[in-house]
Amino acid sequence: MSHSAEDVREEVRTYITVFAALLVLTVVTVAVSYIHIDSMAGRVLVALIVASAKASLVGLFFMHLKGERPMVYISLAFTAVFFVTIFALPMWTEGDHIIGTHHQMWDAGVEAPTMPEDTH
Amino acid sequence: MDMQIPYTIDTRPDTGLTNPKLGIWLFLASEVMLFGALFSSYVLLRWGGDYWPNQAEIVNIPLATLNTAVLISSSVTMVMSWASLKLHDFSKYKLYMGLTFLAGVAFLVIKTIEYNEKFSHGLYPSTNNFIAIYFLMTGLHALHVIGGMVVNGFLWGPGAKMWKTEPEKFTNRVEVAGLYWHFVDLVWIFLFPVLYLL
Repeated sequence: MSHSAEDVREEVRTYITVFAALLVLTVVTVAVSYIHIDSMAGRVLVALIVASAKASLVGLFFMHLKGERPMVYISLAFTAVFFVTIFALPMWTEGDHIIGTHHQMWDAGVEAPTMPEDTH
Repeated sequence: MDMQIPYTIDTRPDTGLTNPKLGIWLFLASEVMLFGALFSSYVLLRWGGDYWPNQAEIVNIPLATLNTAVLISSSVTMVMSWASLKLHDFSKYKLYMGLTFLAGVAFLVIKTIEYNEKFSHGLYPSTNNFIAIYFLMTGLHALHVIGGMVVNGFLWGPGAKMWKTEPEKFTNRVEVAGLYWHFVDLVWIFLFPVLYLL
C-alpha cells in the first residue's frame, strides 16, 4: 500500500474520527452494563457486539487492515479458525454433562444428586 | 561482513509484504492464541464453576474505564507518530511517540493503584478463581504494555537516529511497533467488558 502525503493527510482525518468513535463506544460499553438485561446470554451478546465494533475500528484503520495484502488476511483467517477451535473444544466438553448432574440444577434449588454408597 | 535483513523496505515478491510486517502479523497470530487460551479458560472456569463472585463488586470500573481511554488515546498517538514520519515531520513524530510512551506510563500507574486496592482488601490470586484469572490476564496484558514501552522508548530515543540514515526503514519500524501496540489495545478492549462489566 503506497502512502502519498495527501493520502496520509486524509488518513489522519480518519484517525481522529475513529478516535472519537472509540471513545463514544467506550461510554456505550460502560452504559449498557448498567442497563438491566435479564439473561446472562443477552448481556454477553451486547458486550461482545460493542467490543467487536471497537476492535474492528482499531484493526481496520489503525492496523491498516482496510487495505492490506492477501498474505495478511490468509494468516488471520487461519488464526480465526484456530481461535474458534480453542474456544469450542472446552465448551463442548463442559456442555456435555448428563442432564441432572450439572451444578446449575442445584442453583435452581434442585437437590444435589448424592453419590451412591460404596458397596465394597 | 554486513548482514542485512532482506526486504525491510521493498516488499517481497511472493508474500507481497515486507519481511518485518509479515513477521509481526505471524507473531500477533500467536498472541491471539495465547490470549485466546486464557479467554477460553475464563469462560470454562466461570461456566463450569459452582460459584462465581459478582465481579462488579470487586473490580474498580471507573479506573478501568479511565485506563481504556488512556490506551485508546495511546493508539491514536502511535498511529499519528507513524503518519508524521510519512509526512517527513520528525519533531511531530517525537511528540506523538513521546505521548504514546507517557500513556503507557499512565496505564501502568493506574493499574498499580488498582492492584494495590485489591491487595489492601486482602484479595490475592489465591482468594478465588475470578481474582486468580483477573490477575493473570490483566498482569499478562500489563507485561505486554511494558514490552511495547521498551520498543517505543527505543524508537523515541536512541533508535530514532536511524531517521537520518535510513528514513524509510525507520518509518517501517515504527509501523511494525504500532501494529503490536494496537494489538495490546485490542486485547484490553475485550478484557475490559469481560473482567469488569459482565
